Amino acid sequence: MALQVTRFSAWNVLKNGFIGQSGWSRQWRDPEPKSKYDIVIVGGGLHGLATAYYLAKNFDLKNIAVVEKGWIGGGNAGRNTTIVRSNYMLKGNREFYEHSLKLWENLSHDLNYNVMFSQRSHITLYHTPSALDSAARRYNIMRQTGSDAEIWSRAKLEKKIPHLNYAKNARFPIYGSLVQKRAGTARHDAVAWGYARAADKLGVDIIQKCEVTAIDRKGQKINSLQTNRGKISAKKIALAVAGNTSRLWHLANLGNLPIESHKLQAFVTEPLKPLLDQVVVFGVGGAHFYISQSDKGGLVFGGDIDWYKSYAQRGNLPIVQDVAESAISLMPCLGRVKLLRHWSGIVDMSMDGSFFMCKTPIDNLYLNAGWNYGGFKASPASGWYFADLIANDRPSEIIKNHDLERFKRGHYIDESGAGPDTKLHG
Amino acid sequence: MIQIECPFCGKRDQSEFSYGRESQITFPALNADENSWYDAVFLRKNTYGRQIETWQHTHGCRSWLLVERDTVTHKIFSVKLAHTDWQKQIKKTT
Repeated sequence: MALQVTRFSAWNVLKNGFIGQSGWSRQWRDPEPKSKYDIVIVGGGLHGLATAYYLAKNFDLKNIAVVEKGWIGGGNAGRNTTIVRSNYMLKGNREFYEHSLKLWENLSHDLNYNVMFSQRSHITLYHTPSALDSAARRYNIMRQTGSDAEIWSRAKLEKKIPHLNYAKNARFPIYGSLVQKRAGTARHDAVAWGYARAADKLGVDIIQKCEVTAIDRKGQKINSLQTNRGKISAKKIALAVAGNTSRLWHLANLGNLPIESHKLQAFVTEPLKPLLDQVVVFGVGGAHFYISQSDKGGLVFGGDIDWYKSYAQRGNLPIVQDVAESAISLMPCLGRVKLLRHWSGIVDMSMDGSFFMCKTPIDNLYLNAGWNYGGFKASPASGWYFADLIANDRPSEIIKNHDLERFKRGHYIDESGAGPDTKLHG
Repeated sequence: MIQIECPFCGKRDQSEFSYGRESQITFPALNADENSWYDAVFLRKNTYGRQIETWQHTHGCRSWLLVERDTVTHKIFSVKLAHTDWQKQIKKTT
């Protein structure tokens, strides 16, 4: 039985103002796992929840469960820098992330949940004339494939973002930038809660604190999952457990994957008055840094992964130092700002920096993995196309090359051209 | 911070080293079939827990090391030189 969820509307906000906020219902149920489902999605992150939502909404499927070993919003869903953009260049990625951005634009209405999507512009800085030429190439590709892009000169940047380091003697003087105005940020917790609430309303069972401990595989088929809350059998099983994909892959006895788990850190400072209106990306001479300001005023930023394989959800100090150095190089005015918190999430780094969304050697097992740095922005399209893959048992044209076999075919989808070393795909 | 006990230089911060890869990977002969090259270049065991991996002391003696480390807790169990003939020579001189 689906829960009667109070709809968020101006009328209900007003009404509850008069009745002491007593008219709101629980956001989603806390069901006991059933022994049998048509579809079980392993992983209650943004991708798993979005997949469940679109399976129910786009394909009218019932009897779906999402099993999550922790709690909703406790993994990478709450451990990112909340940046949304679609400035990808390669075929497959280009259309996929553009579709995601389009879904983001209407997500709050679609879910009836304010995900605080703020299209505040995404600014990638460039520091030499030749780098700006390569930005122009990306700009052209984006414009030719139905997206938006602008090139901003240094003079325009100085006017729009006054606090960056425009000093003539800067180690890497700012030359210009590529701008995507429709890009921006969203509130990551709200996205997790919004998808969970909307999926639950369509009848999806969201089962938290439910960890898969073994996979009962018979030949080319998985019959059931053993969990710490009992055995669950399913006709179709979908993995959306980026960060821990290899662990489940080994549980199903499927061998090795073109994936390594690495940790990516993010940081937030004490709250400040409005300082930075856009998302700014600084990447030159080995630096990699991206920063925006949250609605609470904290500057949210991040940099590179920690450079060695790890499953520990805590970061190391050399990266804290690297990121701090980048912050001061780009915005010297941050010199005395205090860091409030920093955290780390485990990401699936793939061999070409692009994701996997495909069928597997097991007939009824589907894989969604390898999101590298790009998982947050991808969540809506990831759910959309993964639901399509599961429901129709074939990949859509857009994601047909995002399979595990692409390296064998020589079809790398390598945006940065870094080659087969997972840690280089930042 | 992780600290690695380099056999030549002593205990040093991880920032002096660079991570290589899982140590069980061996590259096949140049004329080996495509599948064995595919396995070596692209596939990873990605162990959750204790594994042996290679690190290079990039900002030190530049030796390649075999480090046994837990990928969840970061505890290091052993460090030795990756090149076995060097291991023998060190034993002779010490």
